[in-house]
Amino acid sequence: MVDMLIYLAATLAGLALLLALYRFIKGPSTADRVIAFDVLTIIGITAIGLVALIEQRGIYLDVALVYALLSFLGVIVIARYLERGL
Amino acid sequence: MDGILALLGGILLVAGTTFLLLGGLGLVRMPDVFNRIQAGTKATTLGTLLSLAGIACLQPAWATKLLLIGLFILFTNPISSQVLARAAHRIGTEKSPLTSVDRLAEDQGNTP
Amino acid sequence: MSSLINGMTLVLCVTMIGAALVAIRDKRLPIAILASGLVSLIASILFLVLAAPDVAMTEAAIGSGLTTFLFFFVLARVRGGEQDGADHD
Repeated sequence: MVDMLIYLAATLAGLALLLALYRFIKGPSTADRVIAFDVLTIIGITAIGLVALIEQRGIYLDVALVYALLSFLGVIVIARYLERGL
Repeated sequence: MDGILALLGGILLVAGTTFLLLGGLGLVRMPDVFNRIQAGTKATTLGTLLSLAGIACLQPAWATKLLLIGLFILFTNPISSQVLARAAHRIGTEKSPLTSVDRLAEDQGNTP
Repeated sequence: MSSLINGMTLVLCVTMIGAALVAIRDKRLPIAILASGLVSLIASILFLVLAAPDVAMTEAAIGSGLTTFLFFFVLARVRGGEQDGADHD
């Protein structure tokens, strides 16, 4: 039962990844692509959690911690670049 | 008791990834940049927090690390979306034709 | 559970190839930099699937973080050369 739910969760996360990738490829302006990048990073954090859950390794979550810090800094730097303040 | 906790964890995981899927769908369907920021960031923040809570229910030994990740996401994600929206407004990204009010431009003195 | 890992690897590889095509084909430099950062991000998750968390952490910190920031800082310094790059080919 729980295995079925984990399968369903991984499928839904994969669909969300593909939808955000569509916006990244199509998005007309740079700001659209930055939003898609942010959403892809957050979906990546969930994917790392799922991989850690499937492989039963708690050490994998450290990578998710690095991501949670880096996505913030990345979006701040890109936004400063866009408004010509860097 | 253990089975109930595992079932709760699985249901939280599916609910969280459903919110991630809704965020991705909003990212595709919304008409302009500001609506996409709204749909993408809020829905995915809630989705990630619910997923991390589900993983914490399935593996209670990882709860502190997952709580740390959740706190980082909860604090940093609204800041990044706000900074991005301000940058998009400042470089004059074109709004959807359905937009009827722009309080930030009114505050800065140039009425649309 | 191994079929689940295989499916996740397939979706991640499709995403990585899409981002790499954007990085190659788009003429605007900030978008190409973002796409190369996205390639590093997916590569880090793939390293994690291959059971190498130390390599994944290095890739996340340096490939996806530091390189992207460095490219944007340099791009802000040399701004004005962008049209120059778009005229070629």
